[in-house]
Amino acid sequence: MTDGTRPPPAAGNGLLDRRLFLTGGAAALAGLGIAQARAAEAPRQPWARVPGAPMSGYGSRSRFEEHVQRVGIGAQPGTSGSGASRTPLEHLEGTITPNGLGFERHHSGVPDIDPERHELLIHGRVRRPLRFSMAALARYPLVTRTYFLECSGNSGVLATAPEPPDRGCGELHGLISASEYTGIPLAALLDEAGPLKDAAWVVAEGDDAARMSRSVPLVKALDDAMLVLYQNGERLRPEHGYPLRLLLPGYEGNMSVKWLRRLDITAQPAMSRDETSKYSDLQADGSALLFTFPMAVKSVITSPSPGLDLHGPGLYQISGLAWSGHGAIRSVQVSADGGRSWAAAQLDSPGSALGLTRFRAAWRWNGAPTRLLSRATDHSGATQPDRADWLARHGGSAFYHYNAIQAWGIDADGRARNVYA
Amino acid sequence: MPMDERAMFMRERFRRSGSALILLATTTGAGLSTSFAAGPDLGEPLRVEEIEAANLSVLPDGTGLPPGSGAARDGEQVYAVHCRACHGADGGGGPNDALVGGIGSLAGEAAQKTIGSYWPYATTVFDYIRRAMPYQQPGTLSADEVYAVTAYLLHQNGIIAVDAVMSAESLPRVEMPNRDGFRSAATAPIGETSP
Repeated sequence: MTDGTRPPPAAGNGLLDRRLFLTGGAAALAGLGIAQARAAEAPRQPWARVPGAPMSGYGSRSRFEEHVQRVGIGAQPGTSGSGASRTPLEHLEGTITPNGLGFERHHSGVPDIDPERHELLIHGRVRRPLRFSMAALARYPLVTRTYFLECSGNSGVLATAPEPPDRGCGELHGLISASEYTGIPLAALLDEAGPLKDAAWVVAEGDDAARMSRSVPLVKALDDAMLVLYQNGERLRPEHGYPLRLLLPGYEGNMSVKWLRRLDITAQPAMSRDETSKYSDLQADGSALLFTFPMAVKSVITSPSPGLDLHGPGLYQISGLAWSGHGAIRSVQVSADGGRSWAAAQLDSPGSALGLTRFRAAWRWNGAPTRLLSRATDHSGATQPDRADWLARHGGSAFYHYNAIQAWGIDADGRARNVYA
Repeated sequence: MPMDERAMFMRERFRRSGSALILLATTTGAGLSTSFAAGPDLGEPLRVEEIEAANLSVLPDGTGLPPGSGAARDGEQVYAVHCRACHGADGGGGPNDALVGGIGSLAGEAAQKTIGSYWPYATTVFDYIRRAMPYQQPGTLSADEVYAVTAYLLHQNGIIAVDAVMSAESLPRVEMPNRDGFRSAATAPIGETSP
């Protein structure tokens, strides 16, 4: 506080010191710090006049929150389960996605797998081809890690649409979620099978009707790949791969094969449909890149964002998410003047490598139309490009791995909408 | 050390290393076997016929292709019955993806990605149809039918003749128009992708 009442600006158009909310300055500024004398008890609300509901075997959220649903649900013509649903990022806080709201991407719907009849096969270029029942897998030592999982098609419409689509944060960027995953290091099972000298890839296959398959470098499989059994403390949900999924931290989500049934150890990639005709990156010159695995550094402001409007000038907290498949987020900058000036945001969960990082910034909106932007930098030093740079580098038909800076336009009424920076 | 202490030690190692591929025998001198270090060793041996029954992988060099054969002439009927409703007459696209056409369209903003214009390997066509198509009844076509409808789609794209017979021997030798259109960003070796 420079004069005891006014916080110092951190960047143009009202961006304040990122520590504002931590120092208690906000409460003083908003006039909320005044203690109220306690009055005699007023008439109670109906829910406090009688004992509440009993215990339950499996909890559910308040009925007042049931409007928070996955968004952007769409399927291929003629199918109900070949498509995607998206995480409603703007309605969530913190860095863990509730299981019921974690995005879905299926290639032939969600199979109803009986774990007693499910097994994992490991074969190919190994000394000992093996099968594992789910009961056997349950006896392997477990590890717990927190990771984001992002579809490489996330946000891709922003690359292809000439005009900014009038959609919300989750609809545009919600093919991402983050969870605490518990499972078996894949290296333990691969070591048991014993890869042969020429082994270089692991072809992973799901037990869905599409038998979705991807080739994973053996180096990644031996490094930090997990066979996941639990997500956020409970068994995987069917739509997230029950009873067993592969998880490749930081890599494009399609490779983390759900409903895992088979790992074929090979000397070369399978060149499966989903790693050649899909999930490959077409360039401007007509050539394409295969196997662009790590997700690039990215961030998005979740509040304010479309649907979460500002209600008059005053003090607001900007809140958002940042992540990178190349490692922890080093810094996030925000701009409240369309990118002319930038201020460092507070990282609420810094150093969570390959997880989501929540960032926050204090902003005093003066009521004038403007644009809010965020720009993340990861530990490799990579930072987000703007949209024009991204398009110039990738070409007209590209849309996978889109990670350009997102801008939200704020109009004089406080309404937020998607704009191109 | 007692069994439960060992387990705790293992968990600690996993936690710190992020990987279970640790040879405790050499790092601790505690006389633990490497197989214990890698896990409780509960995998059951798979027999060759079990692998063959489950294995759907087809590699670009033809590894994994089953016996059988088919030509475009036979595939036309398979296509009409099982594929046409979604992918349109002659593979030109219907409610779902076009499978034919677009050759030479990849540069620029109106890229049309089809089997003919984009897919680098003919083996992938067989692999994908066998594992995932027809959408409502995957896994129901015979090997001959999959070879035949693969041949039909390659023929429709002008890649092979109408009477060219596709089999485990011939399919990997088909040269796709966009075979050289891809570069790998992976550090892992791609290996020999031709037969």
